[in-house]
This record gives sequence, C-alpha cells and structure tokens, in this order.
Amino acid sequence: MNLSLDSVDPEEKPLVLEVRDLSVSYGKVEAVHHINLKINKGEIVTVIGPNGAGKTTLLCALMGLQPACGEIIYFGKTQGADRRVEKRVRQGMTLVPEKRELFGEMSVRDNLLLGAFDRYRVGHRDALETMDQVFDIFPRLQERCEQMASTLSGGERQMLAMGRALMAKPKLLMLDEPSLGLAPLIIKEIFHTVAELKKTGVSILLVEQNARAALQVADYGYVLETGEISLEGPSRDLVNDKRVIESYLGLSVRHGS
Amino acid sequence: MDFQIALLLAQDGITNGAIYALLALALVLVFTVTRVIFIPQGEFVAYGALTLVSLQSGKVPGTLWLLLGLGMVITLVDLSRAVRARKLRRMPSVILFNCVMPLLLAGLLSVVSPATFSLPVQVFITLILVVPLGPMIYRLAFQPIAEASVLVLLIVSVAVHVTLTGLGLFFFGAEGSRTPVFTETSFAIGEASLPGQALLVIVSSLILIVALYFLFERTIYGKALRATAMNRTGARLMGISSSMAGMLSFALAGLIGTFSGILISPITTLYYDSGFLIGLKGFVGAIIGGLASYPVAAIGALLVGLLESYSSFWASAFKEVIVFTLIIPVLLWRSLTTRHVEEEP
Repeated sequence: MNLSLDSVDPEEKPLVLEVRDLSVSYGKVEAVHHINLKINKGEIVTVIGPNGAGKTTLLCALMGLQPACGEIIYFGKTQGADRRVEKRVRQGMTLVPEKRELFGEMSVRDNLLLGAFDRYRVGHRDALETMDQVFDIFPRLQERCEQMASTLSGGERQMLAMGRALMAKPKLLMLDEPSLGLAPLIIKEIFHTVAELKKTGVSILLVEQNARAALQVADYGYVLETGEISLEGPSRDLVNDKRVIESYLGLSVRHGS
Repeated sequence: MDFQIALLLAQDGITNGAIYALLALALVLVFTVTRVIFIPQGEFVAYGALTLVSLQSGKVPGTLWLLLGLGMVITLVDLSRAVRARKLRRMPSVILFNCVMPLLLAGLLSVVSPATFSLPVQVFITLILVVPLGPMIYRLAFQPIAEASVLVLLIVSVAVHVTLTGLGLFFFGAEGSRTPVFTETSFAIGEASLPGQALLVIVSSLILIVALYFLFERTIYGKALRATAMNRTGARLMGISSSMAGMLSFALAGLIGTFSGILISPITTLYYDSGFLIGLKGFVGAIIGGLASYPVAAIGALLVGLLESYSSFWASAFKEVIVFTLIIPVLLWRSLTTRHVEEEP
C-alpha cells in the first residue's frame, strides 16, 4: 500500500491549509495553545469566539506577522515558523486585518493597485482587469474610485480592504472580523459577498465574533475560547449545538423552531 | 542695498535653496519610509562632488574602495546567511550588484585614466560610484535594526555620519576643491546677470523634483514607498517588504545627494566635511515640513536658502546662526499646531 505523503484520497478535497499544534505567545503569556485546524479547497472555514480568545493572534501567526510554534502546512508545504509575510503573500495568502490597514492618504484606485503589487513584481500586468472584477463585486468602490481612502465610510473601508486583498488573486483569503463596527445592513452585504466569493474557488478563513452570520456562510466552524479550540464541526451542526446556541447565538435564535 | 544686489542675493539664495530643497525631500523620504533621520545625507553631497573632482584630475577616487569594501562585506554576510538557510537562489544578483559591478568599475578606472572621459561620462561614473553606497549603508547599518526606536536609529545614523566624514578625509584629503564650471554662458536679466551654472542648478533641481513627483504619483514602486510610509503593516500585507522599501528610499537619497554634490561642485569649494552643514540646512527645510510634507519641506528649504543669502549680506558673521535659529520658532509653531503622536513601541 502506498502511504507516501502526497497521495491524496480522491474522495477528499485537496487541503489548502493545515495547522498542527500551533502556539503563540506574547512574552510569557501564551495567547494561543496547541491549535489544530484544516481548510479544504474552496471552503469557507470560520473561527468564532469571544473577544480576547486569540482569534486575531491566530491569523497574525498564520500570516507570519507574529512568530509562532507548531506546524503550518500550506498546500502540502510546511512553512517555517519564521517565514516572512512577503513570502506568504507571494504564495497566495492574503489577510484582511481587523483594522483594515488602508493607505488613508491615497485614492481608492491606488489602494487597489497596491493590492496587486506583488503580482506586478513577479511580472503580471493584469491589475486593471482584476480591478474591473473587484468593481463587479463592489460597485461602490468604482463610484469612490478617485476618493481618498480616509474619506470612506466604515462599510466602504471594509469593502476596500477586501477588494485590495482580492487584487492579489489569493488562494487563501483570511478575513479578520469583517463585520466589526458596521451597521447590520452592511454586515449582511459583506457576508453575502463572502458567500459569493466562495464561487470563485478561493478558500476563506473567516474569523468572527458575529457567530450567527459567520456560521450561516461557513462550511465548517471552530470555536476558540481563551486560546484553545473548544468545539469544532460542520457549521450546520454547530448552529444546532446547545453550547454554541447558549454562548454565541443567544436563545432568541432558536425561539419558535 | 540696491536692487541689483538684492537680485544677486536672491539668485544666490534660490540656487542654494534648490539644493537644500532636494536634500530636504530626500530626508523626508528616508524618514517617512524607514524612520531614520539620515544625518549622512550631506556626506553624499561631498562624496559626489569630490569623486567628480578626483575623476577629473585623473585619480582613482577613494569612494571606489569604499564601494568595493562594502560590497564584499554585504556579499559575505548574505552568503553566510544563504548557506545557513540553504537558499542560494538570490545570491547571483547579490554578487552581481555588490561584487562584480564594483570590480568592473575598478578594472575600468585602472586601465583608462578617468580624466580622458567627457564630462557626462565622468558624471555618470560618479553616480554609479557613490549612489549604491546608499542602499549598501542601509543593508549593513539599518536593516538589521529596522524595528528599533527612532532614537536608536538616529544614534546609528550619527555613527554612520562620523564614519563617512572620517573616510572622506582619508579618501580626499583636507584640502577643498571644486570642478571647473559646466557651462560658461550667462544670461542678462535687467541689470543683473544670471550665470549659466546657477541656472543649470535650478533647472536640474526642478527636473529632479518633477521626476520624483512622477515616481511617487505614477509608478507602482513610488506608490509602494508612500504606502510603506503611511502604513507599514498594510504595506507588508501587500507584499511590500520594509527592507525593499528601505533600500529603495536609501538609493533615492543617495542619488539625490550625489546629484546635488555634482551640481554645486563648480560653484562652491567643498571639503571632505562640507556636506554636513549643507545637509543640516536641508534638514531645517525638512523640519519646516514636519519631516512629513514634501511640498512644505521644499518651500521651507528654499526659504532657508534665501534667508542664508540675505543674512550673509547684512550680518555675514551670523549667517549660520540666523539660519539654524529659524528652527526654534518653527518647532514652537509645529508643537503648538500639531497633535502629539506617541511613537509606537
């Protein structure tokens, strides 16, 4: 029997990211303990959990912004713990950070163009076509094209942050709290877009406090509490899980059903 | 003071101010991208001018040895790292830039006497001898401590300045020198005459400033530099590495400094340590712009040039005092009008 590492079970979707035993510490304080996580190709995987559970820390570690212990396997290749951010960008990982980190004194168009900076560096000259695709997803950005990023509203900023990340044509898109600080209507729009993005084949790791919205779009979910994964499963099951309902969805969700 | 003298002083002030403006832009660029207050900026002016002087007198300029030395050290450092990490893919370009190119230059200069070249060729050789020192200095002195505080970076910057001044004395000697004027023509404006060399300085500076504007506004690498200055984390997430941005900004600073040195070499006698004072005046301009605004820094530097020129007429002994005292009201005004931002740890 062939048990070589690259043999893939034909039944299973190819694995995009596998995290084994990942721990992150800030000095002596360990913020994330021994996490295991998997993302299959074309899937939306969500990590939900309360404030301070280590969700952002986890993403920073995956992106290489934060040093970590443990194994990060991306498309079958183990990433060194000290791997630089730029390297991961080149390999098709993109992070839309919680703080958006836009270039405030630049136009929306320039922000988007810089999203394709690494593709430009390696010789791709298709930024304008990609930008048209981004405009199809976020028509609002096209209207605001020449405006400075700092003049945008909260929802538009999130759209720009996501649009900028898509300019890199990522294989794995990581979203950190896309709903943070946004009005309910806009949150709905953002999550609708996330669900639409799945059709383009990109794998998405969605980190959210808004568990209800996240579980609605996700295929699989993890619950992160005080740095540890306390629960995991297909999001259909998690929505019906008693602990999740009590802690994250509120009793009103199940009311009458 | 009659009108003619006023015009003459204005012409002098604008000529110097144009150079200070270039240096101020370089200082703002380096500071916003890397947080380094680039004290050695002026050394590039002196190195540029004195290297050109050496070439014109048929000598091999000492900057060639510095270029070779720094190139070798960087190659060794990068090679040992690459061997340890088992990643040799990038080494050919490192060796080409840091070893092969300086060696080729050395070969060329040892075979042919540089005095026989035409002026444009000499200027070109000066540029390729001095400008690469910028990114090399970044690679060795600043990249390893890129995350350090502004104060630490400033201290290292002072150390680099002192080292370069010392090396300047070693390379070029203590005597001052200047190059022959590039152009003898002069233009009459009313009663005063405008020497062609001054016009050359002003026009070249303007061209360089416009070129920088296009670089920052129209090219993706220029935008990447601005992005790094605005939001380092955001830029890294786009794959714009801080070290690439640092190298690029230091290369531009080296280019601006060397170019300025070449421009003023026919109008001022420069010594190995003259660069410091010239750089400081650019720094006053950069401070007027809050080390952040390019246009305000350039206009501020122009004002410094004019102030210097007129005060040399009225109180020549206090010329420098007046120029540098300008920094006090400027700092006062800036600290009263801008919100204090704590430096991120």
